[in-house]
Amino acid sequence: MTKATQTVHEPLLRIAKRDGIPFGKKVLIRAVAILLALVVDALFIFFVTGLNPLSVYGVMYQGTFATPVRFSWALRDLATLLCVGIALAPAFKMRFWNIGAEGQVLIGGMATALTMVYLGSSLPAPLLFVAMFAASVVAGALWGFIPAWFKSRWNTNETLFTLMMNYVATSIVACLTNIMRGQASSLGTLNKATKAGWFPVLFGQRYTINIIVVLVLTFAMYAYLKYSKHGYEIAVVGESENTARYAGINVRRVMIRTMIISGAICGLCGFLIVAGKDQTISTTSAGGRGFTAIIVAWLAKFNTFYMALISFLLVFLERGASEIASAYSLNEYAADIITGVILFFILGSEFFINYRVVRRGETHKEGK
Amino acid sequence: MAQTQYAIRLEHVTKTFGGVAANQDISMQIRRGEILSLLGENGSGKTTLMNMIAGIYYPDEGQIYVNDELADIRSPRDALALGIGMIHQHFKLVDVFTAVENIALGLPKSERFDLRRVRDKARAICEKYQFALDLDQKVYEMSVSQKQTLEIVKVLFRGADILILDEPTAVLTPQETERLFDVMRNMRADGKAVIIITHKLHEVLEISDRVAILRRGCYVGDVVTADATEASLTEMMVGKKVELDIERPEPKDPVRRLAIKDLTVYNAEGLKVLDDVSFDAYGGEILGIAGISGNGQKELLEAIAGLQHPAPGSDIQFFPPEQEDKPMELLGKSPRAINEAGVHLSFVPEDRLGMGLVGSMGMTDNMMLKSYDAGSSPLVDRKAPQELAKEIKEELGVVTPDLNTPVSRLSGGNVQKVLVGRELAASPIVLMTAYAVRGLDINTSYTIYRLLNEQKKKGVAVLYVGEDLDVLLQLCDRILVLCGGRVNGILDGRTATKEEVGLRMTNLVKEDAEQ
Repeated sequence: MTKATQTVHEPLLRIAKRDGIPFGKKVLIRAVAILLALVVDALFIFFVTGLNPLSVYGVMYQGTFATPVRFSWALRDLATLLCVGIALAPAFKMRFWNIGAEGQVLIGGMATALTMVYLGSSLPAPLLFVAMFAASVVAGALWGFIPAWFKSRWNTNETLFTLMMNYVATSIVACLTNIMRGQASSLGTLNKATKAGWFPVLFGQRYTINIIVVLVLTFAMYAYLKYSKHGYEIAVVGESENTARYAGINVRRVMIRTMIISGAICGLCGFLIVAGKDQTISTTSAGGRGFTAIIVAWLAKFNTFYMALISFLLVFLERGASEIASAYSLNEYAADIITGVILFFILGSEFFINYRVVRRGETHKEGK
Repeated sequence: MAQTQYAIRLEHVTKTFGGVAANQDISMQIRRGEILSLLGENGSGKTTLMNMIAGIYYPDEGQIYVNDELADIRSPRDALALGIGMIHQHFKLVDVFTAVENIALGLPKSERFDLRRVRDKARAICEKYQFALDLDQKVYEMSVSQKQTLEIVKVLFRGADILILDEPTAVLTPQETERLFDVMRNMRADGKAVIIITHKLHEVLEISDRVAILRRGCYVGDVVTADATEASLTEMMVGKKVELDIERPEPKDPVRRLAIKDLTVYNAEGLKVLDDVSFDAYGGEILGIAGISGNGQKELLEAIAGLQHPAPGSDIQFFPPEQEDKPMELLGKSPRAINEAGVHLSFVPEDRLGMGLVGSMGMTDNMMLKSYDAGSSPLVDRKAPQELAKEIKEELGVVTPDLNTPVSRLSGGNVQKVLVGRELAASPIVLMTAYAVRGLDINTSYTIYRLLNEQKKKGVAVLYVGEDLDVLLQLCDRILVLCGGRVNGILDGRTATKEEVGLRMTNLVKEDAEQ
């Protein structure tokens, strides 16, 4: 060979998995991600809409923080989203792909609404709440039980099954509203005159109870997953069904039980929406939260406290976007792009938390 | 171009994963026309080093020279272009394709797709090196050994003249191993460089010309095989002298613990995987179970553990130590029911992380896998498991950064120590192990043999499913040979020969078991 020495190039950039990362660095990476997102957004705002980015950010911030009432609305929305996230956590930890939260929430809300309509005038308030609670929980649990039972029995695909159960729930709600109110798209404000079945006003807001209930659930679900025998079983089944059987765990039972719990909490969320927030039911009452909550649950790795943080971020972005849209009479899509960029960078930062990029010539000595 | 002496030369190669150096400043040479054994304990970096030559990893530092030229191997394709082919432990074949189709797969796109030419060339290779391979057989109909042969033919077809075999004999019978070695010798005679990774020292001594030894990621040195002995190699590998004899105490008053009669199991596809299996297991003895992988060993142990649904007419009886005259039926009981009935049955399954342990959990949480349900509290108690984890970590020398580090991040040997440690801590009456030392290095393997013998002396009935016949013959009191799901003889471990066991693994013997 003529060329005795060739020059050899290491690839310019390589990706290596991190072996764990200190807490401070994690925070730093996320902070940098948000900062970068704001810079990219600023470019977009300045060059596309011609507005001053800083004032747009200010308006966005005001969407949540301008007044105490707005902040409490944000908390209300956070509570609703977080509640669905909490419901999904055990199912997803068990690797049961429950895409059906939307339907479970809806059917729970429907059960609540029916109880309010038919029992609102005959039951005293405390008993009525008990009945509404029970109806919503049972309805949601049923919506969770059905796909779990089919899976445990015939190994049906739970993703498709739970997804289709959403449409069933939506159709039931649509059908019942039609039967009860003719051509209306929702049941209208329920028990408008008597306010039977409405949550009482606490600290000036009707949804204070929602927030309290979800707060309690946050702690309870955290403890359930982390310290209870059930939680341990869920973790084992989620990791490997073979291991679970080896350990003597009844996989069928755990699967059905967990989905009943997951569905029941979704149903409870429907109860909170109807009694504490909307006082009505329509096919859009769940508002897509059943799907957004999947992101919440996975991003937080099923830690309910992280889930609260992520829910807050999502609610903040959502409120900010609508605030921008109305304040500058911007196209809604422009506002969505702005929040989308922020979300993209935050999700993208997860990559840099799990992996690092090694430049050419850089050795691994610093790792030791 | 003059043929260079070295097929591959490594200079100061280093590879780090996270903070751990898998290979540290390794310089070594691989010659043409020789068979080199790469020896080292688990986690000593053998596979990592070979993966860098084969283009799967890229070295952090150092250079690789192929035929005395600096080479930049970024992908297996690059490696093949340089004539380097690696046979991995897990085969990469398409099941529904024939041998020829698999060989044709992945040929350069520029080449015209012509199956007939591929077949002719492949047949020529088979004849040259005397491979026994039916080129028109579908892969799913092939035995493990045939698949391996196909993998070798595949890389030779692509023109590889440097071959790396990663633990090729782990899945072979002694006869198949001999055949593989013949082929390897033919390749050596043809001037190819052959590297073999194996844990079995007698194979190293039999097949290789030279042995290179790695210890904890560092290159210890090489020796000419003719000058080496099992003891000297072990010493280089471990860094100290190791006792290589396996103890086999006489069983002390063996009592019947298990009586298995007419056990028949069908798998999910409706195939008979166990066929009328009958035998007894005694406390205080080690009953070896030999057989080619996939001949019913897994199902046998799982059936006893309550994880299978045996066909009607099967019978598994357990004789509890308290009332030896009152056998207890295990058939139809779930693992939990067996446990709750007071049957201390410990089981080290073949699939350690997929069945015996929860990979994402730490040692502590894995300790309570079988006992978490004890007590009436709805909460789990992590105190006792944590103590147990600490004990096992110290007694068996488990290397883990923390008791809560996911066990899937530990090395293979440490994973097995965690599993075996837990199963032994449950003070078993019957102990079943499946391939307990598979993939483990000498040191850990001997620790496991010692632990099994301790259990035997305590009067435990030990069922040892193994693949290394030398170990089976040294360790076990009796050896049950499974062939096609049937008991093909139960031999005395002290008098049986390797050939006899090997033969029974492959051919059903007409006359029935000689107890």
